Amino acid sequence: MRLQYPSNIKIVSVPCTGKIDLIYLLKSFEKGADGVYVLGCIEGECRFGTGNLRARKRVMQAQKILDSIGIGGDRVQMYNLSSSEGPRFAEFAAEMTNKIRELGPNPIKRFREKLAA
Amino acid sequence: MIIAEKKPIEEVIEMVKDFRKILIVGCNECVTVCEAGGKREVAVLASSLRMYFMNQGKDTQIDEVTLERQCDREYLEEIRNRIEQYDVVISLACGVGVQFLAETYSRFPVYPGVNTCFMGVTEERGVWSERCQGCGQCILGSTGGICPISRCAKRLLNGPCGGSTKGKCEISKDLDCAWQLIIDRLKELDRLDEYEQIAPIKDWSTERAGGPRRVVREDVRQ
Amino acid sequence: MSVKTPSRLEKILDSGQLAVTSECGPPRGSDPEAITKKAKMIRNYVDAINITDNQTSVTRLCSLAACIHLKLMGIEPTLQMVVRDRNRIALQSDILGAASFDIHNILCLSGDHQKFGDCPQGQNVFDIDSMQLIQTVRHMRDEGKFLGGDDIQRPPQMFVGAAANPFADPFEIRVPRLAKKVAAGAEFIQTQCIYNLDKFELWMKQARDRGLHEKIYILAGVTPFKSVGMAKYMKNRVPGMDVPDDVVKRMAGVPKEKQPEEGIAICVETIQRLKECEGVRGFHIMAIEWEEKVPEIVERSGLYPRPRD
Repeated sequence: MRLQYPSNIKIVSVPCTGKIDLIYLLKSFEKGADGVYVLGCIEGECRFGTGNLRARKRVMQAQKILDSIGIGGDRVQMYNLSSSEGPRFAEFAAEMTNKIRELGPNPIKRFREKLAA
Repeated sequence: MIIAEKKPIEEVIEMVKDFRKILIVGCNECVTVCEAGGKREVAVLASSLRMYFMNQGKDTQIDEVTLERQCDREYLEEIRNRIEQYDVVISLACGVGVQFLAETYSRFPVYPGVNTCFMGVTEERGVWSERCQGCGQCILGSTGGICPISRCAKRLLNGPCGGSTKGKCEISKDLDCAWQLIIDRLKELDRLDEYEQIAPIKDWSTERAGGPRRVVREDVRQ
Repeated sequence: MSVKTPSRLEKILDSGQLAVTSECGPPRGSDPEAITKKAKMIRNYVDAINITDNQTSVTRLCSLAACIHLKLMGIEPTLQMVVRDRNRIALQSDILGAASFDIHNILCLSGDHQKFGDCPQGQNVFDIDSMQLIQTVRHMRDEGKFLGGDDIQRPPQMFVGAAANPFADPFEIRVPRLAKKVAAGAEFIQTQCIYNLDKFELWMKQARDRGLHEKIYILAGVTPFKSVGMAKYMKNRVPGMDVPDDVVKRMAGVPKEKQPEEGIAICVETIQRLKECEGVRGFHIMAIEWEEKVPEIVERSGLYPRPRD
């Protein structure tokens, strides 16, 4: 559709969001990502059945952990849409970007920069 | 198998927050099956702790290893050469493994990363329930294969009590009344007449009450 | 059956007369007045008074001490003993303690799980179960020996009872369970309170078919409703309790001020009906926190006066 979405978003494709293990979400933040969001199929329409439901549970686990360690669980979110919904894709991208902008950069980035210096 | 549950991360942080070189050791057996202390859980804990320390501005080294199990000496030996570089170990094995690791590497503080719960089964992924209390004198032959010691809240040997309601235990609607299960099973096996046999008073001396236990097999000892 | 103990309750049952027992709950403190006052109110209307044992796992003055207070007043107590809190050493020890004061009646129970009480984090014991406790008391009395095998000096002379709940699940083993208690050595039964008379009479019939009514004295339990609220509570919230809809309706059909009266009327009618039930050898009136009504219930049921010694 060639709609615009913010350029700060790096897309990682997976065959099904059910493939996304908790560790991938955590590692993203460990490496300095400011936010992570998971885009899965509409619930009930997962072509593999319940992959997107598993993903949601893992996103919730990640939120809990990130809250516990002071990074902030709001930085990871899950959205559901169907592959034809281009405008919603752009909408979620913008929403997530704004949310992260409000939250500020990942706090551990300061630490990583200090180490690198 | 032995069922354990991950300790809340806040509790783990509290245990190790003042250390700088942490080794997290997982176990490939029971705690892997109940998804509490296997390789994946080790990775998640390690990543979480790394982020915690970074957020605190503390430069901390956190490494991961998962042993086949921690209740046999030969597997614990595998970390003999590398353990020197750490100042603390978090073991995600069950209480058995944590102790054996601590005993083997007694100079190192060893902290448990899971709460060990019971001996049980996987009812379905994500649901584990208790089946055995290790009483040391198995009576399953007379109860149709269902243990009243581990599954009856009052470990009655001549149950059910008066609180059994619609097949559930008085303490929770989610808990099956063990004696209802036993009666149903005896019926299924066409052995309900055995119900009226009075089970004798149990010898608990082979249970925890008799003191910490040991099994010695002279015929296999070297 | 001839008497085996000095128990007054046993004597009355053995004579063929209907027995009447009741119960008192000890206080949550050390003031014996709380027990002695209640006991004084009902002493002439019952043959023996049960003292509950940390019922519902709520910590109270112990049954043994309260029984001793009753005994010192010249009242016949029934020691209720649960196996939840004491191991076999303590159980045998307390039995001897009771026997040293010539307490001659004991009711052997499992005990509600500690989760329901004021110490849900506590351990429980269940070293032996209620069935095995029945066997133990009989063994101490008839063999004159401890479980460990040694002789008992001055063995306890206790009339041994147990509880039965015709309304608990599963119904099909409730009479086999009664048979089991008889085989274990129980000599009298006090049942859970009865509102579903049809079900109770069915249970009694099954018991009679097996001849159990001739091997054990069955005392039917009754409790008067104070209000329709109490009836509903017991129907919905108490495990092992069977309160038929028409009983609740009957309570609801009367204005609030008349409900206590109606509750007592139902209780008296229950007793009258069960007097005709073969195998019922007496009644156990549990008027929880309403002990002052026991005399009226006993009188209106035609069970007063009680036999004198």
